[in-house]
Amino acid sequence: MHRYLTTTALLASISLPLHADTLPRIDWAQVTESAQGQTVFWHAWGGDPRINAFIASVGEDLQARYGVTLEHVRLADTADAVTRVISERQAGRDIGGAVDVIWINGANFASMKDQGLLFGPFAESLPNWPLVDTEANPAVLVDFTLPVEGFGSPWAMFQMVFEYDSATLPEPPRSLPALRAWIAENPGRFTYPQPPDFLGTSFLKQALYGVLDDPSVLMGPVDAVDYEAVTAPLWAFLDEITPNLWRQGRVFPANEPALGQLLADGEIDIAFAFNPGRASAAIADGELQDTVRTFVFEEGTLANSSYLSIPYNAANIEGALLLANLILDPAIQARAQDPDVLGFQTVLGLHLLDPEDRAVFEDLDLGIATLAPDDMGTGLDEPHPSWMTRIAGDWAARYGTGQ
Amino acid sequence: MARIGLWAALAVLALPVLAGLAGVIGPAFGYFPALGSTQISPEPMRALFAWPGLGTAMRLSVTTGFLATALSLALTVLIVAAWQGTQSFLWVTRVLAPFLALPHAAAAFGLAFLIAPSGWIARALSPWATGWDRPPDLLLVNDPFGFALVAGLVLKEVPFLLLMTLAALPQADSLRSQLVARALGYGRVTGWLKAVAPRVYAQIRLPVYAVLAYSMSVVDVAHILGPTRPPTLAVQILEWSTHPDLAMRFQAAAGALLQLGLVLVALAVWRGAEWGIGWLGTRWAAGGARGQKLDIVLRPLGAAGAVLIGLAVGLGLAGLLVWSFAGLWRFPSVWPEVWTLRNWAGQSADLGRILRDTAVIAFGSTAIALALAIAALHASPGAGGARLGLIYLPLIVPQIAFLPGLASFALVLGLDGTRMAVMLAHLIFVLPYVYLVLADPWRAWDARAGVAAAALGAGPVRVLWSVRLPMLTRALAVAFAVGFATSVAQYLPSLLIGAGRVSTVTTEAVALASSGNRRLIGVWAAVQMALPMAMFALCLAVPALLFRYRQGMRIA
Repeated sequence: MHRYLTTTALLASISLPLHADTLPRIDWAQVTESAQGQTVFWHAWGGDPRINAFIASVGEDLQARYGVTLEHVRLADTADAVTRVISERQAGRDIGGAVDVIWINGANFASMKDQGLLFGPFAESLPNWPLVDTEANPAVLVDFTLPVEGFGSPWAMFQMVFEYDSATLPEPPRSLPALRAWIAENPGRFTYPQPPDFLGTSFLKQALYGVLDDPSVLMGPVDAVDYEAVTAPLWAFLDEITPNLWRQGRVFPANEPALGQLLADGEIDIAFAFNPGRASAAIADGELQDTVRTFVFEEGTLANSSYLSIPYNAANIEGALLLANLILDPAIQARAQDPDVLGFQTVLGLHLLDPEDRAVFEDLDLGIATLAPDDMGTGLDEPHPSWMTRIAGDWAARYGTGQ
Repeated sequence: MARIGLWAALAVLALPVLAGLAGVIGPAFGYFPALGSTQISPEPMRALFAWPGLGTAMRLSVTTGFLATALSLALTVLIVAAWQGTQSFLWVTRVLAPFLALPHAAAAFGLAFLIAPSGWIARALSPWATGWDRPPDLLLVNDPFGFALVAGLVLKEVPFLLLMTLAALPQADSLRSQLVARALGYGRVTGWLKAVAPRVYAQIRLPVYAVLAYSMSVVDVAHILGPTRPPTLAVQILEWSTHPDLAMRFQAAAGALLQLGLVLVALAVWRGAEWGIGWLGTRWAAGGARGQKLDIVLRPLGAAGAVLIGLAVGLGLAGLLVWSFAGLWRFPSVWPEVWTLRNWAGQSADLGRILRDTAVIAFGSTAIALALAIAALHASPGAGGARLGLIYLPLIVPQIAFLPGLASFALVLGLDGTRMAVMLAHLIFVLPYVYLVLADPWRAWDARAGVAAAALGAGPVRVLWSVRLPMLTRALAVAFAVGFATSVAQYLPSLLIGAGRVSTVTTEAVALASSGNRRLIGVWAAVQMALPMAMFALCLAVPALLFRYRQGMRIA
């Protein structure tokens, strides 16, 4: 199957630099002027009311500051937007495309960048870019081991945290071996979303980190190593825990919200999420009992960033650039980090901000269930995207098709 | 001249389907220039057949499809056979008919919340009867056999088949046949099955095929209630076509062709079974058994089926509504611990615009469909024969097989991303349903009224406008309501042709449903239901109002 990809990757590498030469010198006054009156279509997952409300509030700012209208196209799946751009290229619509901005990372980003479907590089030319802390957060420059190279502008950072109800589970298992033992003692009280779901596959990668002696192999493509030998301990781990999962591993929740609902319903005792502030925000909204707390593994948990990317054929590139810049504004970043709003972690470096902007961040309450930054432990680098695809495919063959 | 209407209707239905199918054949054999592949290759097919879950996924599509169709048909026939002509029958049909307006996904979510181990039934019985203070670890939803999926489909297909059967009954001369059979000593059910069923089935055959094709390739219901390891073939195809690895698009196209083949084979098998059952039925009828005693079992069984469906849908929707006003609601509380309006308040910003767009699209596509259906019916006084079978093409070819291809064509023609484009895409699915609902009352119209009008000097056009259409107001209203509901419920066409520039209540509902957040699902299921329900109420009210002073137009 990879043959299709390599041929197009070659084509892409020839066609892309057209934009690459011209863009790093963005004439910001020109962009602001041309964007006047544009409507920017931001394609983003629409499954979380808190995120939707946040995007709507960003839209109000975009309108007020630049006279640009923001339309949030609520997707059931980010890949719908990717599909859209592919179909447009197939139909020869190389300008005036329907997608202006995509909220993206991981395999979707890798695919689009590979295929030359992204506009850029633009991120490092944004006026707010100097505020981004690239030293403390190298993950804003490298997405799943792939250099972003300015084709996506990072706007939020995530790290996997586990969520548990401290009322029923006083002391949670704080490492993979501890979790392994806990599952054996508490059958039916743990599960993970079914791969290829993003969070479910991430759990597999987290487990892989936990069972490998040398996780550095994960930084390279999966083809470069003896895959069978490297992953054997992972499958042994899964073989062992599967009979003791929720519903004996005969069915898995669909995604992160479904997993969170199981925790809220008391069907499971431990869930996990990529947004460390999710539990606090859900408690604030009355969707989760206020005894829920979070923890991380002693060996560290996966960390990654979310990006805004602009398709190569976007109809409103200027408006899209304004949005990408606006969302790096300290006030907006602080709003996203507010646990009553989203609880996302900012990509900005506090030491790079004006004192008053910094004060806004420092005054933020973390939320009842959110760990302090010092308690978040090590953020583990996301493996090369080929691991995600390969492991999810293998999981399907081993556990996903056997009923 | 008159035939133009017929051909226009057929073109609206057949061309997009065929164009869409053409667009999927290329990628299925490796031809997809946008991904840089211009070589014809068997690789996508090989990859498809190498997928370890394929056998199970195909088997699930076939078993759940057949089971849902057979059960729905059996239950429909049982309800009609056992209760036609009674007061309760009228009541049941009035209660079940609005269920047609209910989007499949909403019904499925309602059922899921009802039967899940943390659902309403378990909550109502816990902990006092069951001893559960935590939800039991039982596999009830997403079961590997697809029983929950079958149940979800039956909930929606029985009302549909019931309505189709009701429309067919007058022409089957059912009441008089039934009377004769009863006079000869046959039991209700046996008499109906032997004397009426063969004629009725011939008329509802195509709707039954549509149910079979739909049940085999449904995506949203299967996603909510169906098996997951692996899912049914249609769900798996959608997963491939939204996979981050773009190479999977080829496999998705190959899968779509396989899905189409599977549906065609299943239809052929069903047709064969019709012959077999027909042959057996003839011998059974000729045997002359009166089957009086069977009624003792079958009549309550039919009633139980109808009541169960009513309860499942009604309670399921009530459950969703309660969730939409719920704050914290832990197991095993039967009611939310905290009630709130916040779930609704957070959604209201865009609600007005989306409702308006959805209504405009549904209104437009249904109006066009109604005009085309009338033109087609007017042009073909007889049954219409095989040509009219084409009307069902969009209902029989799985959406997932031809919509992506159709979307590409719309792109090439620059016809996407507008409300008009979405309206036209909806027309493909609205027209068959409008036609289905309208065709039988249209033909059942007493032509003597037309002859009388002609004798008084009215031309054919005036007969149509001044006599036939006014007399068919009630049927036109029902057809309009069904068409409207069909348009509102469309997901894939709105998503693919709308290019994200056009949102409808259903694209929003499905996007939000991906959160699995029951509060949001509750809000949007209610919103999704509100429009078609309002239209149904309106369409029932209009004839009643118009015919206030016309004794002869009242429902007998």
